[in-house]
Amino acid sequence: MKVGLINYGMGNLHSVAKALEKAGGEVELVADAEALKQCDRIVLPGVGAFRDCIGALKASGMETAIRSEVNAGKPFLGICLGMQVLMDLSYEFGRYSGMGLIPGVVRGFPEDHAARGFKIPHMGWNDVIFSSEKEKHPVLQPLEGKQVYYVHSYCCMPENPDHLLAACSYGDYPFAAAIGRDNIVGVQFHPEKSQGAGLALLEAFLQWNP
Amino acid sequence: MLSKRIIPCLDVAHGRVVKGVQFVDIIDAGDPVEAAVKYDQQGADELCFLDIRASHESRDTLYHMVTEVAEHVFMPLTVGGGVKALSDIENLLHAGADKVSINTAAIFTPELVKEAAERFGSSTIVVAVDAKRVEDHWECFTHGGRKPTGINAVEWAKRMSDYGAGEILLTSMDADGTKNGYDIPLTRAVSDAITANVVASGGVGTLEHMAEGLKAGGADAVLAASIFHFGTYTIAEAKAFLAAQGIPVRI
Repeated sequence: MKVGLINYGMGNLHSVAKALEKAGGEVELVADAEALKQCDRIVLPGVGAFRDCIGALKASGMETAIRSEVNAGKPFLGICLGMQVLMDLSYEFGRYSGMGLIPGVVRGFPEDHAARGFKIPHMGWNDVIFSSEKEKHPVLQPLEGKQVYYVHSYCCMPENPDHLLAACSYGDYPFAAAIGRDNIVGVQFHPEKSQGAGLALLEAFLQWNP
Repeated sequence: MLSKRIIPCLDVAHGRVVKGVQFVDIIDAGDPVEAAVKYDQQGADELCFLDIRASHESRDTLYHMVTEVAEHVFMPLTVGGGVKALSDIENLLHAGADKVSINTAAIFTPELVKEAAERFGSSTIVVAVDAKRVEDHWECFTHGGRKPTGINAVEWAKRMSDYGAGEILLTSMDADGTKNGYDIPLTRAVSDAITANVVASGGVGTLEHMAEGLKAGGADAVLAASIFHFGTYTIAEAKAFLAAQGIPVRI
């Protein structure tokens, strides 16, 4: 199982690569469209600012390459910022267009959050909450009852409720823990930093047949 | 609910774990990878590595150590010690650190914190504040607690938070190594003043101290070194105690 880990000069590739290897994947750092075609699955990691991430993906031509592979049905996992860039638009440090693969926007926590004693960024171990009315997504199933590691100040707000796969809550503010459709999954937390629960998610992603 | 974090801290020098009392009397406490794996198995929420003998010559040793640790444990790693420039931060992140702690350099070049937060994201940047009580307030010290700066520690933490630091690693030098508990008034003053996360450090001797730091001190996380290194308590014991006190922790 060859996993194409997108290398666009940002993010902590080392951690994600090691975790995917631990989960049983053969990892290839990918920075061009041709190499991406040879991979069975795509992982887009992300640390940093939205503007820089989408800018780097566009400048390197990887945005087009990812879109074409994803539209062809290749399983895709976006992590943290790699999930946020799936959306139409982000309001982080301005107003920036994303890849538009999942309709919706990215916004910060409410402005009075910190004043109410809820520190920003939302940093640490928190829940993955599933809707009782929906079937659990196969990639997320191992997270039932577990906490995972989040570090972020912005949240995805998908337009279509069907695209919300799991939620989390911080200071009574619910937000998307995971989103997706068809062959796309995005998670706000960091599986590569979530010890056993995170590795189990990566294993499930490697075995997933959407 | 967001859990309060328990962070074992490993002071390292020349690639080995060491432990000092009030920033002196360094003794050897073992191999960093072995310690990291042990804490991982115990359910630590994060790990913190501080290179207390950071020098230009020992940089490569530190990068190598971080890479090795990151290959064995899958939890957040904060690394600090001798970080002076954006390139140091970049190197540590590439080596496998998730967060980089800046201390002395922030005092001399506060703009470094702003630039680092813009470039690498707030969640990546930690500012370590070493504070000591001076008359009616707390003052920042640098160089591992040896040099006074004349800077008010609470105001400084506020400025660093405003500059984009996602976390303040707050060490009371009066309390450090005493095992008499965190400096609660200091922790509370900083926690109330800033939007960034606060990690309480210095002085923990009992599990009760941890509960105080999180409750009375208002800290988001507690850091401890010797009580874990020398096996006084395991992380699991600490979490069970805190949970019994009604503090949200990840079991």
